[in-house]
Amino acid sequence: MSAHAGTAELAGSIPMVPMTTARSGGGPAPVRIVVAYGFWIFLLSDIILFSALFAAYAVLSGQTAGGPSGHDLFGLRHVGVETLCLLLSSYACGLGVLSIERRHLRGFYLSFALTFVLGATFLGLEITEFAGMTARGAGPSRSAFLSAFFSLVGLHGAHVTAGLLWLSFMVAQTVVKGPRDFVRRRLLCFSLFWHALDIIWVALLTLVYLMGAR
Amino acid sequence: MLGKLSWAAIPFDQPIPMAASLFIVVGVLSVLGLVTWKGWWPYLWREWLTTVDHKRIGVMYVLLALVLLLRGFMDAIMMRTQLAIAAGGAQGYLPPEHYDQIFSAHGTIMIFFMAMPFMVGLMNFVVPLQLGVRDVAFPVLNAVSFWLTASGALLVNISLVVGEFARTGWLAYPPLSELAFSPGVGVDYYLWALQISGIGTLLAGINMVTTILKLRAPGMTYMRMPVFCWTALASSMLIVAAFPVLTATFGMLLLDRYVGMHFFTNDGGGNFMMYINLIWIWGHPEVYILALPAFGIFSEVIATFSGKALFGYRSMVMATLAICVLSFLVWLHHFFTMGAGANVNAIFGIASMIIAIPTGVKLFNWLFTLYRGRIRFEVPVLWAIGFMVTFAIGGMTGVLQAVPPADFVLHNSLFLVAHFHNVIIGSVVFGAMAGYYYWFPKAFGFTLHRGLGVVSFWCWFVGFYLAFMPLYAVGLLGMTRRMQHYADLSWQPYLIVAEGGAVVILCGILATIAQLVVSIRTRASRRDLTGDPWEGRTLEWSTSSPPPAYNFAVLPKVDSLDAFWAMKQRGLRVAAERYQAIEVPRNSANGFVTAFFAVVTGFAMIWHIWWMAILGLACAVVTLLVFGWVERVEGEVSGEQLAEAERARLRSMEPA
Amino acid sequence: MQGGDEQPSTASDQAPGVGENEAAGSFATYTAGLAFALLLTGASFLVSQTHLLWAPGVSAGLVVLAIAQMGVHLVFFLHIGTGSDNTNNVLALAFGVLIVTLVLSGSLWIMANLNANMISPSATMEMQR
Repeated sequence: MSAHAGTAELAGSIPMVPMTTARSGGGPAPVRIVVAYGFWIFLLSDIILFSALFAAYAVLSGQTAGGPSGHDLFGLRHVGVETLCLLLSSYACGLGVLSIERRHLRGFYLSFALTFVLGATFLGLEITEFAGMTARGAGPSRSAFLSAFFSLVGLHGAHVTAGLLWLSFMVAQTVVKGPRDFVRRRLLCFSLFWHALDIIWVALLTLVYLMGAR
Repeated sequence: MLGKLSWAAIPFDQPIPMAASLFIVVGVLSVLGLVTWKGWWPYLWREWLTTVDHKRIGVMYVLLALVLLLRGFMDAIMMRTQLAIAAGGAQGYLPPEHYDQIFSAHGTIMIFFMAMPFMVGLMNFVVPLQLGVRDVAFPVLNAVSFWLTASGALLVNISLVVGEFARTGWLAYPPLSELAFSPGVGVDYYLWALQISGIGTLLAGINMVTTILKLRAPGMTYMRMPVFCWTALASSMLIVAAFPVLTATFGMLLLDRYVGMHFFTNDGGGNFMMYINLIWIWGHPEVYILALPAFGIFSEVIATFSGKALFGYRSMVMATLAICVLSFLVWLHHFFTMGAGANVNAIFGIASMIIAIPTGVKLFNWLFTLYRGRIRFEVPVLWAIGFMVTFAIGGMTGVLQAVPPADFVLHNSLFLVAHFHNVIIGSVVFGAMAGYYYWFPKAFGFTLHRGLGVVSFWCWFVGFYLAFMPLYAVGLLGMTRRMQHYADLSWQPYLIVAEGGAVVILCGILATIAQLVVSIRTRASRRDLTGDPWEGRTLEWSTSSPPPAYNFAVLPKVDSLDAFWAMKQRGLRVAAERYQAIEVPRNSANGFVTAFFAVVTGFAMIWHIWWMAILGLACAVVTLLVFGWVERVEGEVSGEQLAEAERARLRSMEPA
Repeated sequence: MQGGDEQPSTASDQAPGVGENEAAGSFATYTAGLAFALLLTGASFLVSQTHLLWAPGVSAGLVVLAIAQMGVHLVFFLHIGTGSDNTNNVLALAFGVLIVTLVLSGSLWIMANLNANMISPSATMEMQR
C-alpha cells in the first residue's frame, strides 16, 4: 500500500514540515511510519503473549512436585553473563541502525556482526543451561514449575533464534541490494524487535532468576 | 513412516460420519472438477487465489463464513433432532462419543470459522472504502491472514473424514483435553486448526489497527470517521490484545500433550484452573470482537435508512471504547462456580453488570436515530429492529446471570446456552445478514432480491424464538448443557418446539441461498449504476459498484462527518481535473503457498508424522524468506487510464 | 469538488525507533542508554543478593529496578517520547501495559483465591490412592 502518488520515495531524511492543525486529518501517513507502527503493534501483541506465560509461571512457580526449585537450579553468574551479552547486543544493534541511516556501510556490518555474535553467545549459554538442567533430572516434564520455566525462557530463546535468522537474512539482503528504502525499513523493524527482546529479558531476569534464586 | 495415521482413521464403521464425509468429499471433488472442466483455474488463480485487494479478500472471508455456516448448522440440527427424541429411555440416533464431537465442532466452527470470518470479511471490505483510501496498510499480509484462516477451517473439516474431532466442548478444558483423558487426535485437530487460524486473525487485527490509525483520507480526523470504523478499530484492538493469550494457552496445552509438560495436568503440580482462567481472558473479549462490528453495521444501517445522521456520535464512540476496555474486566463470570470466593465473584459480577451500560447507551442512540426519521423498511432495517429486540432480551438474561448466586443455579444449564445464542445470533448473525444485504450491491454491482430477504429475516426471527425460548424454560427446569439423552419426559415438549424452531431457521438459510441464486440470475434487472443504491452517507457509496481495484482515483478531501452525505448536500462529486498516476499492488502467491504448508504442517503434527511436520515448517519458512527476498514491483495505473475510468463512471451515473 | 491532495502529509507523526530525526537517535543517546541500563542491571543483581535489606523490600526494589530498566530501553533505544508526534505510540504502549497488568494481576489474584478455597489437583490425586 503506497501513499506516494507516482513520486519517487523520499530516500534519506524526512523533511521537517509544519504540523497541520487538525493533526489526525493529515491524510495517509508515509510508508515508513505505517510499517514501523504496524510492527510496533505486533511487538505489543508479542509482549502480551509473553505475559500469559509469565502469568502461568507466576502461578505455577511454587509447584515443584517434590523436585528442585529455582533456588536449587539458577546460577546467577551464568545469568549475569547472558544479560550482558543481550544488553551489549542491543546496543550494537542500535549503533548499526544509526550507521545504516547515515549510509556508513562498514560501521553497519561491524555493528551487526557484533550483534549476531553476542546474540549467539547468549543463545549458546542458554542452551547449555537447559541441557545441564535436563541432564540433572530437572527437565520440563519434571514439574509444573519447570514446565513453566522452560516454556517461558524457551519462548524467549526461540524469539532470539528467529531474530538471528532474520538478522542474517537482512545482512545478506543489504549486501546484495544495498541500503534501499525497503531494506532500511526492515532493518528498523528488526531493531525494534531486538530491543523488545531485551526488554522481555529484563522481566525474565528479575521475575524468574533474581526472585527465584532467593 | 506415517505416524499414527492408518486406514482405521476413516470412519468406515460409523454410518453417519461416513455419510457426511462422503457428502463433503463428493462436494469438494465436484467443485474442483467443475472448475477444471470449465477452465477457470487461470482466472481463479489470477483474480482470487493470489489477490491482495481488500475487497476480494473480504468477499472470500464472507464466502468462507457462509459455507461454514452450513456445516455448523448441520451440527445444530443434528443435535436438536437427537434431543427431541432421546427422552426417557430412548437413546436417539447419535451415540455419546459422536454427539460430543458434534457439539464441540458446532461451537468451534460457528465462533472461529463462521462469526469471525464474517465480521473480519465485512471489516476488510468496508473499512478502507469508508476511510477514503485505497487498501489496508499491509495488503500481502491481509491475504496471508485470510488463507491461514481458511487453513484452519480446512483442518477442522478434514477431521470429519480422517480421524475424529475433539469431544471436549468448544473450549477444550483440561484435564479432559489432556493426553491422559483424550489420547486420540481429536483435541490435536482442534488445537492445530485454531493455532493456525489464530495467527491469521492476529495479523488481520494488526493490519486493521494500523490502517485505521495511520491511513485515512485527508481531512478525516478521528471524530469524522464513520462509526463502523470506530467499532472496527475497537474490535481489532481487542484482537491484538486477546489472541496472543489464546495462542499462549493453546501452546501450553500442546506442550502438555506433546512433550509431557505439566501446565494443566492433574499430576506434577499442574493446575487446570489456570487454563480456564487464561482461556476466558481471551474468551470474553472474543465475544466483543464479534459484537462490536455488528453494532457498527447497525449504526450505519439505521442512520442510512432513517435518512438522518446517527444520534449521539460522540457518545457512540465513547461507549465503543468503554466496551473495549471493560471487556477485559469481566472474564471470571464464566466460571463463578469453580471455586473463587465471594469477594472475587462479587467484583467480577458487578463489573459484568456495568458493561451493560455502554451497550444501553448505544441502544438508545439507535432508537433516537430512528425517532422522527423517514424510515425506509429495507431488509437491513428489519434485521436491525430484530436485533434490538433480541439483543435486549439476551442482554438481560446475561445481567441476570452476572449475579453470582443466580449463576450458581444456571451455570452450564440450557439457560446459559439460550442466553449466549440469544446475544450472538441477535447481534452477530443478524448484523452479518444486514451487512451482507447492505454492502452486496457495492461488492458485486447488483442488489439482492428483496422479497427473499424478507422471507429469510422472518424465518430467522421466528425460528430463533421458537428454537431458544424453550431452552430458557428447560434450563430453569434443570436441564444441563451437552446432554446426549435425558430421563425427564417433561422436558421433551420444549425440546420438540426447539427442534421446530431449528427447522424454521433452516428455511431462513435456504431462503438466503435461494436469494443469492435468484439475484444472480436476474442481475441484469437490478444493476446498481449509481454506486449509491441506498442514499448512503459514507464514502464507500461515492465509488462505482463494484469499485475499481484502486477504490478512489483521487483520495477524497473530507471536512465533516458523513462525508459523502455532506458532499451530496453541496452538489459535489469526488473528481479532479487532472489525474496523477497511482500505484496498485500486484498479486502475490505468498498467502496461498504459506497456507498450503501450514495445512501440511498441522496435519503432520496431528498425526505425529514428524518428518512431514519438519518439512512443512521448513517450507513455510523458506516461502517467507523467498517472498521476502524478491522485491515487490508494484503495478501502476496511469493518469490517462484513471481519467477514462472516471469519465465512464460519471457517464453511467447520469439518469438514463 | 477537487479530488484529495495526493501528497501525503509527512511529519505529523513519528513511529517508534525512527532513527533519522536528530532528537530521536544519536550515538550519545544509545551510549547513555547503555550506561543507565548497566547501572540498573548491576543494582538489580546486588539488591537480589544482599542481606542488608528487609526481604519484602527486596521484591519491591527488584520490580522498581526492572521497570526502570524497561523505561531506559523504551526511551533511549526505542525513542518513545512524550512529544505530540508520538501520541499514537504512547497510547498503544499504554494499552499494552494495561492488558499485561490485567492479565498478570488478575490471574494471580484469581488463582490465589481458587487455591485458597479448593483442594489442589495434585492433592486430589493423592486422596484417590
